[in-house]
Amino acid sequence: MEWETVIGLEIHAQLATKSKIFSSAATAYGAEPNTQACAIDLGLPGVLPVLNREVVRMAVTFGLAIGAAVARRSVFARKNYFYPDLPKGYQISQYELPVVQKGQLTIDLDDGTSKVIGITRAHLEEDAGKSLHEDFHGLSGIDLNRAGTPLLEIVSEPDLRSAKEAVAYMKKLHQMVVYLGICDGNMQEGSFRCDANVSVRPKGDPKFGTRAEIKNLNSFRFVERAIEFEIERQIDLIESGGKVAQETRLYDPDKGETRSMRGKEEANDYRYFPDPDLLPLVIDEEFIAATGAGLPELPDAKKQRFMSQYGLSAYDASVLTASRELGAYYEETVAALGGEPKLCANWVMGDLAGFLNKDGKDIAQSPVSAAQLAGLLLRIQDRTISGKIAKEVFEALWAGEGDTDAIIEKRGLKQITDTSAIEKVIDDVIAANPDQLAQYRAGKDKLFGFFVGQVMKLSKGKANPQQVNDLLAQKLKG
Amino acid sequence: MHEKTIALLGAGLAAGEFSSEELIGAFLERIARYNPQLNAFITVTAESALAQARVADQRRQCGETGPLLGVPIAYKDIFCTNGVRTSCGSRILDRFIAPYDATVVEKLAAAGAVMLGKTNMDEFAMGSSNETSFYGPARNPWDLEAVPGGSSGGSAAAVAARLTPGATGTDTGGSIRQPAALCGITGIKPTYGRVSRWGMIAYASSLDQGGPMARTAEDCALLLGAMAGFDPRDSTSVDRLVPDYAASLDRPLDGLKIGLPKEYFGAGLDSEVARVAESAIAEYRKLGANVIEVSLPNSQLAIPAYYVIAPAECSSNLARFDGVRYGYRCENPKDLLDLYTRSRGEGFGAEVKRRILVGTFALSAGYYDAYYLKAQQIRRLISDDFRRAFEQVDVIAGPTSPTVAFNLGEKVDDPITMYLSDIYTIAVNLAGLPGLSLPVGFVGQRPVGLQLIGNYFAEDRLLNVAHRYQQVTDWHQRAPAAFA
Repeated sequence: MEWETVIGLEIHAQLATKSKIFSSAATAYGAEPNTQACAIDLGLPGVLPVLNREVVRMAVTFGLAIGAAVARRSVFARKNYFYPDLPKGYQISQYELPVVQKGQLTIDLDDGTSKVIGITRAHLEEDAGKSLHEDFHGLSGIDLNRAGTPLLEIVSEPDLRSAKEAVAYMKKLHQMVVYLGICDGNMQEGSFRCDANVSVRPKGDPKFGTRAEIKNLNSFRFVERAIEFEIERQIDLIESGGKVAQETRLYDPDKGETRSMRGKEEANDYRYFPDPDLLPLVIDEEFIAATGAGLPELPDAKKQRFMSQYGLSAYDASVLTASRELGAYYEETVAALGGEPKLCANWVMGDLAGFLNKDGKDIAQSPVSAAQLAGLLLRIQDRTISGKIAKEVFEALWAGEGDTDAIIEKRGLKQITDTSAIEKVIDDVIAANPDQLAQYRAGKDKLFGFFVGQVMKLSKGKANPQQVNDLLAQKLKG
Repeated sequence: MHEKTIALLGAGLAAGEFSSEELIGAFLERIARYNPQLNAFITVTAESALAQARVADQRRQCGETGPLLGVPIAYKDIFCTNGVRTSCGSRILDRFIAPYDATVVEKLAAAGAVMLGKTNMDEFAMGSSNETSFYGPARNPWDLEAVPGGSSGGSAAAVAARLTPGATGTDTGGSIRQPAALCGITGIKPTYGRVSRWGMIAYASSLDQGGPMARTAEDCALLLGAMAGFDPRDSTSVDRLVPDYAASLDRPLDGLKIGLPKEYFGAGLDSEVARVAESAIAEYRKLGANVIEVSLPNSQLAIPAYYVIAPAECSSNLARFDGVRYGYRCENPKDLLDLYTRSRGEGFGAEVKRRILVGTFALSAGYYDAYYLKAQQIRRLISDDFRRAFEQVDVIAGPTSPTVAFNLGEKVDDPITMYLSDIYTIAVNLAGLPGLSLPVGFVGQRPVGLQLIGNYFAEDRLLNVAHRYQQVTDWHQRAPAAFA
């Protein structure tokens, strides 16, 4: 039988605020345990939550970016359950009335087509603390630094049909929240994590199969592998006469498998009810308009603009708009150079990206600024140096040896454009290689490259390549 | 000095008749002498009280003035007090030292009030007799066999016995007004949102409201003026100017329209209490008020609605007392579940457990709509009743409680009868309105309170209406003989 996979993702994006959602404690990652938890985060008797305005602005920003309706009135509810790292015995979350309602996100698939994925809702909630089960000799430690950290839970429609689509969606969403500046996107630190609801059904069946929820996937690779494993597992189970149970599962990255965490019958009754300590969240038109005015150009729009404004291919445009910082760097380079968008694109995506990658840096940490890169490209453009020499200069720029012109000067890399000087080098090369000359003249055209190489070598790469080509062609003809 | 009201003590301090240190010393002596009989205080902060008094005296020497500067006050043990045990009347917080002050405490301290100690209360403010306290019941100074009412029973007993001229209380379903009535003092529950709940341990967040308890309306006005006001730390507090309550106390009552809800004078009301309440109304007629009958047709739904909403909220509010971070923890828990069940099982008393169970049930999947949502709908009906009544009248009056103080132990085994003790006060909390109880007479040795209910933020009117009555009567000046 042919099977169809149905996937919906719930993504928790940690909002990049300085302070927590209901208290003024800091949210910075990596502090000593329990040093960033105030009386409110600890759930001391008598404390009360007060909503962080910035959290609301970020949620509205997201809503506007995905074309969603922003609820003019939404409600915080209490999700009640006992756990040692949940200090109040309930989590404040939005339940029936979320702040962001139906929206959508377009993802690009491998075959070059795109697909619109529905986003059911996005709601605000607080994170719990962390239980530490190691290093305590059979006891558990509780770190409440994370308690009260603001999260935006983004719930997709069950529109995804493969692990690859799920990953494409997650990546697109990741790009979006980072672009909007509402999430740092750091998956290792848990700033962007995912629960996947996976089910299978016979192709063409309008009914959904029973779904399993895989919790807490914190890398794109794990999402893909976990879903693929889960699809296999469910199909095997059904084909061998079994039934998929509605349950929560955990992915074990070491074994590459999912396993049952708790079944439906063990599921908590969370006894949601509106939090009486918080008034309904009312958002007025003015707030929405102001937030909309502060919205950056979104990735898709920027990609389209790069294609039309700079004549870039779809591929180049999407690489260069992968992050706001990269797009800005590229545009700064083009502006500083005063044109040559394709040349700029090649350098940003080529040498610059290579060096960044090698040193594990992101664009914001690049030792070569956009202005410096433009300065280098200007020297290619005005034929002071060749593209090949430029690579050497770039390496020196990267190493912090000064500006392009100083490096060219210091290293004597200035391109030779004097015809007579180039002719002299050519003459020397021809004189030194009589055999190759004879063969070439006998029709072995491929040797042209050999002569070019020799000339460049002898000129230490400084001879202008175009001139070398032209003059060499004349001279070899004899 | 203990016979003086806050207004008079303030005047005496201002005139230099005595220092705050002398005053506090005198009250501490009375507490030492009488509290063993009354059990009104859970904690007495004698040393810090004297230190605070000396600071108040210094402030006055530096030119500071104010009606509460150097005046003693007691806090219901539900208000967090920095560095002082804040037990909420519960074993589970028996050894809890609050690391911060409640806003109410902060504000009163800023006004110069001196804390004598923390008063007894029903555990987590759940009770109408003070009998659910882990520390044993406070007793009624008018008759030590009688309950002082609850949940702010310790505050009411302490004020009535002149162990403090004023105290704070909290009122979720009548917990300021009912004990005020049963102990023959004056107490006001302000409009929901008038007084900050920051640092006031939550019982039912949508109903809880702090307020003052004292002998006179004038004293309540002075205390409320210092306690009230917007607090950015409490999202439900209301950003609205606090009027000078003392300034409007003397406004004449000519033409005041008082509504008597017929539902508050029907079955269940003790006939003697009814007679006393009616004579108070007669007094108001003499003061120039017009009295008309009004109807609050959904009154009988208030108790059932309350006993869904309040337990529902408390089941969640009290979840934090889990033995993990602070408070009582059972001995040698064998695993997490054991830690939870025994810490909570041993730490909470029976009434608290009853309400947690009721609330947990009411919020459960499949029951939420039938109980919690339905109760919220009733809440709206009750508010609508009051809204219609206030289109006709300025204040609503009736008995605060259907009976005078009952005997200790009389109702402990019958929670429903106990709950009926708040039948006239609960609806006011459900609607979020202000309500005041003032002493208007006795049945035998036991005081009777009259409840005045006002429109939203009409605390000034309620205090004024009570004050005018107290200008022409002396019920509020009567002292229980054993503590005179």
